[in-house]
This record gives sequence, C-alpha cells and structure tokens, in this order.
Amino acid sequence: MSQTDIYTLAGAALFVIGLYGLITRPHLIHKILALNIMSGGVFLVFVGIARRVMSPDPDPLPHAMVLTGIVVTVSSTAYALALAKRIYSETGMAALDAPDVIEEPEASSG
Amino acid sequence: MTYSGWLYDLLLIGTLLWLAVRILAEAKLFKAVVLYIAFGLLVALAWVRLAAPDIALAEAAIGAGITGALLLDAVGHMRGRAAPYPSDEPVGGAPAAPREEGGAGG
Amino acid sequence: MASVMPKSPRSVRLAAAALCAGFGALLVRAVLAIPEDHPGLAPVVAERIAESGVEHAVTAVLLNFRSYDTLLEIAVLVLATIGVLSIAGSHSSVWAPVAEEADPVLSALARLLAPFMVLASGYLLWAGEHAPGGAFQAGSVLGAAGVLLALSGYARPAWVSRFGLRVVISVGLIVFLAIAVGVMFLGGALLEYPDGYAKALVLIVETWLTVSIGAILVSLFIASASPIEELRARAGDGR
Repeated sequence: MSQTDIYTLAGAALFVIGLYGLITRPHLIHKILALNIMSGGVFLVFVGIARRVMSPDPDPLPHAMVLTGIVVTVSSTAYALALAKRIYSETGMAALDAPDVIEEPEASSG
Repeated sequence: MTYSGWLYDLLLIGTLLWLAVRILAEAKLFKAVVLYIAFGLLVALAWVRLAAPDIALAEAAIGAGITGALLLDAVGHMRGRAAPYPSDEPVGGAPAAPREEGGAGG
Repeated sequence: MASVMPKSPRSVRLAAAALCAGFGALLVRAVLAIPEDHPGLAPVVAERIAESGVEHAVTAVLLNFRSYDTLLEIAVLVLATIGVLSIAGSHSSVWAPVAEEADPVLSALARLLAPFMVLASGYLLWAGEHAPGGAFQAGSVLGAAGVLLALSGYARPAWVSRFGLRVVISVGLIVFLAIAVGVMFLGGALLEYPDGYAKALVLIVETWLTVSIGAILVSLFIASASPIEELRARAGDGR
C-alpha cells in the first residue's frame, strides 16, 4: 500500500459518508451537499487510481475525466439548487417527503 | 516518501473526513455551507499532493468559489433553517440559539 | 444536549448505516484489488501525443483522444443552463440589463480584479497547450470573475441582448459540434482531426469552450441567484 492509496481509501470513505448523509438528511440543501461530497470522493478515488501505476507520470485519462466531472458537478448542483428553491417557494418545504418522518429530539449528545 | 509527507497527507485526509462529517451533521445550513467551501479548498490541496495540478486549478475556482456562491445564495433563500418543514419554525421567526449542535461531529 | 436537527427514523438510519458500511467495504476491496504493476495509459498517451496537436497530456486526452467526453460535457452544461433558466423564469436577474448601485469598496475591488482574472483566464487557456491549464480552468476563472462582478452589483450590460447571451452560452457546443461533424466530410470519423490540422482545431474548440463555460457558469449563478436587493435585505438577518 503506497502513500497515494490513502487518498483512494479516503475517497471511498467520503463517498460512503456522503451516501449516508444523502439518505438520512431530509433537508434538500443537506442532500445536495451530500451529493457534492460523494462526487468529491469519486474524484479522489479516480485520481488515486491514476497514481496506482508503475510509470512516474500519473495516468492522464482519469485526470481528464475528473476535470470533466468537476464542471458537470457544478452545473448539476446549480440545477438541483434551482429546483430546491423552486420547491421551497411553491410549497414552503425544503424536503421531499412528508413531515411525519421528523424524529424525536435526540436524548443525548452523539 | 518522507515522514513529513506522510504527516501532511494524514492530516489533510483526516481534516477532509472530519469536515465531511461536520458538514452533514451541522444543523445550521449556513455553517454547513461555509464548511463545504473549506472542504473544497482542502480537496484542491489533495489534488496537488496527487500530482494533478490541472484538477487543482479547476477545483479551486469551481469547487470552492462558484459552488460556494450558489449554495450560499440558496441557503439565504431558504432562510437558513435546518428544519425542512414550516411547522418547525421557531416562534418569532428568528433561528433560535439552542439550535446549535452540541455534540462532537457524529 | 438536545439536538433539534431533523433526522430520519432510527430504523432508516440503521439500514442506511448498514448499507453504507457494506458498500464502503466493497469499494475498498475493489480499489485495493486494482493491480499496481501495470504502466497505465500514460505511456500510450506519451507515445501518440505528437499527433494530438498539444504537448500537455491531460489537454491531449480532453480535446483529442477522448474529445467526445468533452463534447458531451459541454452539452450537459448547456442543458443544465437551459434548465436553470427555465426554472428561474423570466423574472430571473440574468435578464436584468441595468447595473445597480453597489457597495463602493466591493465594486472598486471587483473593477480592479476582474481584468486580471480575464488575463489569468487567457493565460490558462494558452498554457493548457504545454502545461496544466486549458479550457476548463480558463472557463472557470472567467466564470468566477463574472460571479464576482455579479455579487458586486454589476449586471449584464445593456448591449448584451438576451439573444446574444444565449449565443454565447451555446457557441462552444455549436463550434465543437460543427468541427466534430465537419471533419467527417474530410474523410475521417466523428472528431477525428485530419493530420496537421489538430493543433488549430483544438485551439479553436478550446477558445470557444472557454468563452461558453465562463458564460454558462455566470448564467447558472445569476439565473438562480436572488436579485441583489433581496440579497442586501437579507444581509441584515444576522446570518
């Protein structure tokens, strides 16, 4: 396991953290932030894999794909935020599901 | 690789993971977004460490800059409430101080 | 201490945690299973980089070897912009032609910085040929300059018409598509640049991509952002 592998593993961890947040956080902004963290994780995995080669230079292909991905991510984030704001101004809610999933306040600090 | 290199990498990665958890555990959306902007800048550092300066350039401008501006605007639009439903609005409208998340990021 | 953070029910959280843990374990296994003793694609790219028209490997991959990725990407950007403009509607501030009165310090700073950001963008575009840089980085710096100007209260100048804005947003995609299809008439496949013309074609595509990406990023921001007076009214809310 090389030094760059820890970035690859961190990317996997970020993806998982983001996935958990995406599922469990009802607020749309939180979901969008979670998606952005997930894409950050994916990019880290890609660039980490690009260093997992024998040649001294990293593989340029994942780099190009990540560069494309970053720009696509910002455009989809802008689109998602526009939708979220529209949902908020139409319904007054910033979540997709019904309010009955709101949980009891946590008893103790986590 | 040197020890300082390892230390730097571990510190950077630890901060990134901790920030990711904090962003999603943060009840105040404004804080969450500011943390996300910091996250974006640190990711740009990670790209430099991974010998990907192309990506670092784009990330610094887009990941932290433009995405941050978009998110901040959306948070302002939604009044910065963590509560996604109108019924959770605290009386008086202003976000109450006790909303502060007390526990360590978890 | 009680947290008022709304959460999903405990069962959902447990199920999500289990799913994420399993997924994470699989992901780590898959990543570590990738062999380390292969040379990757860097030697292949290095071997044929002379044909690509540029000297920097990432730019060569983006604009030549895998240019269809980039073509589809700019298409996604244009579609997202159309989507945001449609959601925002005609009252969106992207159509507001008149610059508003702004914070004097902020607007002076923006006036000072914006030309340098445009210069930096041009440099990045030029540098992409042989060093890190290229259309994406140049476009994002251009976009950031636009966002800075928008936040400082500068709006679209009146001489840029709505039609003009739409043209700038889509010109990168149009030029790229025209070149992609155009080279087919010269006997190549889609996006297969003819010998000797690669450099010129890549440069043309990159230049227009930079302009479009910059315009798209600014439009995405301005179109979805609230009007500036609303922003200023909210600034007093204490957030």
